[in-house]
Amino acid sequence: MSAHETFYEVMRRHGITRRSFLKFCSLTAAGLGLGPEFAGRIAHALETKPRTPVIWLHGLECTCCTESFIRSGNPLAGDVVLSMISLDYDDTLMAAAGHQAEELLQQTVDKYDGEFILACEGNPPLNEDGMYCIQAGKPYVEKLRYMADHCKAIIAWGSCASWGCVQAARPNPTQATPIHKVILDKPVIKVPGCPPIAEVMTGVITYMLAFDRLPPLDRQGRPKMFYGQRLHDKCYRRPHFDAGQFVEKFDDEGARKGYCLYKVGCKGPTTYNACSTIEWNGGLSWPVKSGHGCLGCAEENFWDKGSFYSPVSNLNVTGNVEATANQIGGTIAAAAAIGVAAHAAATVVQKVTAKKPPVSEEVSNG
Amino acid sequence: MATFSEEQNLPGPIYVYQIPVRIWHWLHALSITTLIITGYFIANPLPSMSGEASDHFVMGTLRLVHFSSAFVFAIGLLVRFYLAFIGNHYARELIIVPVFHGGFWRRVWHEIKFYAFVTRKCRKNVGHNTLAQLFMWMINIVLALFMMCTGFALYSQGTGAGSWADSLFGWVFVLEASSQTVRMWHLMGMWLMLLFIIVHVYMVIRADFASRQNGTSAMITGWRTFKDDGPIEPR
Repeated sequence: MSAHETFYEVMRRHGITRRSFLKFCSLTAAGLGLGPEFAGRIAHALETKPRTPVIWLHGLECTCCTESFIRSGNPLAGDVVLSMISLDYDDTLMAAAGHQAEELLQQTVDKYDGEFILACEGNPPLNEDGMYCIQAGKPYVEKLRYMADHCKAIIAWGSCASWGCVQAARPNPTQATPIHKVILDKPVIKVPGCPPIAEVMTGVITYMLAFDRLPPLDRQGRPKMFYGQRLHDKCYRRPHFDAGQFVEKFDDEGARKGYCLYKVGCKGPTTYNACSTIEWNGGLSWPVKSGHGCLGCAEENFWDKGSFYSPVSNLNVTGNVEATANQIGGTIAAAAAIGVAAHAAATVVQKVTAKKPPVSEEVSNG
Repeated sequence: MATFSEEQNLPGPIYVYQIPVRIWHWLHALSITTLIITGYFIANPLPSMSGEASDHFVMGTLRLVHFSSAFVFAIGLLVRFYLAFIGNHYARELIIVPVFHGGFWRRVWHEIKFYAFVTRKCRKNVGHNTLAQLFMWMINIVLALFMMCTGFALYSQGTGAGSWADSLFGWVFVLEASSQTVRMWHLMGMWLMLLFIIVHVYMVIRADFASRQNGTSAMITGWRTFKDDGPIEPR
């Protein structure tokens, strides 16, 4: 294959018709929140620009990001981007294995030094010099650092790569560490979620390939177009929240009527993701639509906050002490009330037992 | 500058709390009370309403009242800072705690002993006693600013990226990426405010009959009155 072949050529070679290609371009433009004229610009970019290779690495993870990706509700989008990516390197999806596969990595580094995109699924464990994740006889963190040195930008797929996720949950024995805390000298785009939505993944990667720049990111380093709002802001059950109509138990009248799930722990009000707009599996459903609250899987340390079924989650004050603000605060307030009552009683006792308090003498004079 | 020597006889009354300070105090008290009640029910919602969603606006009203009171609280706090500049000596006590003043910690120690019933000797105070001043500063400056910053940061989640609340207070989420955690710390702050109210109200009422000066009435009339004509020093 030629070093300068375009995305379009690659797609055509993979049996994608021009019609399907154009459909993909308009769909992606819509997904990215761009105007209709951008469909043409995306098509033009994919037709003329040399293909940017994508290397897809896997650290400590469960492969749910890949699972989500290949189950894109719109198979076209997934297939298109997937065929562009899997050409280079993805341990889970590529045909090559063993030394052959590792050679591909080196080939990409040699050929496209500083030009390829590094997509990371999962994160590296740093404890014991990275021995908790060994690939091709070496700690994964070394492979990650080596590839990151030669890449253009990094996409951190999923909550593992973005925040740490379950393997980084306390006490985090392997010291699993999110990508942005390991690779400090390259831009890292966080695409959190456990897993992220397939359309979000294809949207982000297509934006980068087509426009040759990073998507606009928010303060946390997440693409604004997909993580700009909370689930709560676009939730179809929001009117029930505002009205004060809540599911109290999962088998009550409110649950049957589709009331708000906030009281049974829905984290929609604090979770930034596109679930309530794009939904899952091609718009089939999403957690709240299926009657279960959001777990907040796209948010930092969502594993470490205690019950998924209470709106008041745990605060980890120190070490292993876990309690909700209501428990801690309620105890403090109750202690204060008891303390005040005891102090008042002691004050009265002091007053009564005072032999000749100078104060009362002065008062009688005055 | 209203400083009195320890030995000088101080019969009072002394005008301490000027009208704007008193108005601020009661507005502040009202806003905190409203914020605590509505805030508690935002975190721990009331029993579910039945019927059509369009017939009710319970959570919406709670939030509206919470946010409105928050503006009273926050703007009041800014006005209070301004009052410290233009007001009298006592208007600055809340904001500037003279921790480097030689006698300050000695007096704090005395107040601790007094409240712990170790000594019966009671010191006259024109403004706050030093222990109260320290406590006031921690709650009404440190905790109040904490509640204001976390509160507006959470508010910015509704007003959206690029809004004024996001521009001014979005940095909170740089310090703590999880807004759920910020929410829980904000809730924790509510409980500390409740603790403050319990202690503050008790201490003021206690001062009315177990100190050498008035308590509650000072924040109503503005005048500090004393129960004896003696000097400030503990006796």
